[in-house]
Amino acid sequence: MAFRAHVIISGAPEQAQGVKTALLEQIDTLGLNEEVEIREATDLTIASQGVEAIVYPDATHYIDLTPEDAALIAEEHLYKGRPVERLVYEEPGVEPLPEPSIKEVRVVLKNVGKINPEDIDDYIAEDGYAALGKALTEMTPDDVIAELKASGLRGRGGAGFPTWLKWTFARQATGSPKYLVCNGDEGDPGAFMNRRVLEGDPHSVIEGMAIAAYAIGASQGYFYVRAEYPIAIETLRVAIEQARTYGLLGENIFDTGFSFDLEVRMGAGAFVCGEETALMQSIEGKRGQPRTRPPFPAVSGLWGKPTNINNVETYANVPQILLKGGEWFASMGTERSKGTKTFAIAGKVKRTGLIEVPLGITVREIIYDVGGGILDDKAYKAVQTGGPMGGCIPEKYLDMPVDYESLASVGSIMGSGGFVVMDEDTCMVDIARFFMEFVQEESCGKCVPCRVGTRKMLDILNRICGGEGRPGDIESLEVLGKYIKSGSLCGLGQGAPNPVLSTIEHFRDEYEAHIYDKKCPAQVCRALIEYKVDPETCIGCTRCARNCPVDAISGTPREAHIIDPEICIRCGICEQVCPVNAISHE
Amino acid sequence: MQYEGDLETAAPDPGIDPSIFRFIAFSLSRLSKGVRMEEVLAVTDRVVDAHKADREALVEILREVNDESGHLTREHLRRIAEHTNLPLSEIYSVASFYSLISLEPLGRHVIRFCQDAPCHIAGGREVWEALEQELGIPFGETTFDEQWSLLTTSCIGACAVGPVMMVDGDIYGNLTPEKVREIITRYREADAQDVTPAPQGG
Repeated sequence: MAFRAHVIISGAPEQAQGVKTALLEQIDTLGLNEEVEIREATDLTIASQGVEAIVYPDATHYIDLTPEDAALIAEEHLYKGRPVERLVYEEPGVEPLPEPSIKEVRVVLKNVGKINPEDIDDYIAEDGYAALGKALTEMTPDDVIAELKASGLRGRGGAGFPTWLKWTFARQATGSPKYLVCNGDEGDPGAFMNRRVLEGDPHSVIEGMAIAAYAIGASQGYFYVRAEYPIAIETLRVAIEQARTYGLLGENIFDTGFSFDLEVRMGAGAFVCGEETALMQSIEGKRGQPRTRPPFPAVSGLWGKPTNINNVETYANVPQILLKGGEWFASMGTERSKGTKTFAIAGKVKRTGLIEVPLGITVREIIYDVGGGILDDKAYKAVQTGGPMGGCIPEKYLDMPVDYESLASVGSIMGSGGFVVMDEDTCMVDIARFFMEFVQEESCGKCVPCRVGTRKMLDILNRICGGEGRPGDIESLEVLGKYIKSGSLCGLGQGAPNPVLSTIEHFRDEYEAHIYDKKCPAQVCRALIEYKVDPETCIGCTRCARNCPVDAISGTPREAHIIDPEICIRCGICEQVCPVNAISHE
Repeated sequence: MQYEGDLETAAPDPGIDPSIFRFIAFSLSRLSKGVRMEEVLAVTDRVVDAHKADREALVEILREVNDESGHLTREHLRRIAEHTNLPLSEIYSVASFYSLISLEPLGRHVIRFCQDAPCHIAGGREVWEALEQELGIPFGETTFDEQWSLLTTSCIGACAVGPVMMVDGDIYGNLTPEKVREIITRYREADAQDVTPAPQGG
């Protein structure tokens, strides 16, 4: 059946459902059932704009929809052909992009939000599985690897190891059977690119894996996804089932004799399972603890067999590379970092969300041109890249290109692509403490320097933020950090001190202010701030005293009140409720 | 049950962490209900059979039994050990490793609040405090009436709309102190309607 118009809806499930129902009801009332089709997508734009809808063929983009709006759209736009201007999405109030050359380039995300992830036909219509067909019928496994070599694709999970080389090792390894694993245990705080790809375009990853399996000679694959991503897991299971039905997974694919099948394995809440050796332990049903390397997975992986493991985004790039050629991919990016990379922008930036840009773009371009600048036009302080094992990039490096080597040169890492933006109101010591709390909790406990060292570092940071920092604390942190890095087995321990070391390097003055002046410059650490009533401004309305949860404020009505700093818990309620802004903190 | 009354009225020695009393009271209240052995066995057997008692599916088995039973008891672990032919110590070592598998009883609703940096920057601390205040328990604990457990989670990948929390399986974003109070009230009201047998006032 051919439809006259298509409506694609996306948004938080609980709200999107209401809008969809209202739309369907109105379409039914107007008798448009056979003319209009409604489809659901996961996310239409990079920013979160409530429930959104795009009406095709004219591609009118509506945002912030209520069920009433949906009924109106059905009536005005779909029935009478008049778009509802009031609801149409316009660029939010940010200046137009200053340089037209700065644009997002979508390779991995090209289908995300545009196709129905639960319908394989949608994916096939976008050249889906054409690359697998090409690989199986026109290319040898060596051709596939050669194409990847030409593309210069490097691992998108963090370490940036050349993908073609990894595949070559697995291909050359003796031992059978060989296994293929996809690492979908995306756990970095602030990183959600893999979730979007899995929820929005699962077939691109499945196809990439099938091609990899052909290249290394594997016939069984495992897809490890963290349990915190239930929608991604469900979407993936549907996609695998459909691919099987179409004969794109299973026995004798494309009648070439090549067989490959996939199994989904769910995590159970352990960050360290994102580390490849730990992940494979978890697939085997054991505690997810890393082991020493070598032997590398390519030689001895799952059940001691040769195994190739790549991350979601790495696999998702593969079909495009085979279809358009390695040269095309290599034409984007820098000398050593080719292609595009997805980044998840979060924190104090106007447009948060997922982006995909060519590598080599500067930090400034990402934050100001793509992200629209700092929220409320405050001052930029730093961006944390690479998650809890990454580091902070201060203002002086804003014009640094984003690629594997440049990030490493300033003490950070590419990681999986988290981009947490911080403004002048963020306390760098507090943030470092936060990341340390994370790694301390997630340390698997196998290596003593990581298990005990992160605890010690956290104790010191807690003390500094609690106003009890001592001279020598910064130096202790540096020494501990050095030993943890050199004495830990896996990436978690080796990277755990990075947020602290990089904030000490770039924001040492903030640490010193906490320790020596007992001040928190960003006024975040509560033990270091004091609330005060300005006796000149105070009108003695008693509102602060009545709202204080610990009765720290005293004074008679119509006279200036006083806050007792000994009792005060610095909750800030008095400052919020004061009608004449007589209360401030410093 | 006598103990519970006594514990509530007795003034705890200030030198002892008061949470220990809560824990004892909690454990006693669980005990009084008794562990339904048949249920433990039925759930465990069903899940283990579905995975053909496969050693490599151990993480999945543990998580699924956990999701159905709320948490894992010694009896659950022992039963799984029998079926999979693995030592109980190994079952315990795997179960205790993963944060989504609980060896302690949890409340009817489990709140998992994201404790990571992006949510923290977006105003997570105020939301965190509002949650503790609204439920009257610190993080990591379960309310006396066994209705709520307040836990943290690592990133759930919704950082663009932080601060974020998960209530049971549902994700809530762009949280503020007011919004979490509203959400908790909504759950409380829904629960109250559950136990009210007849509709009121037609």
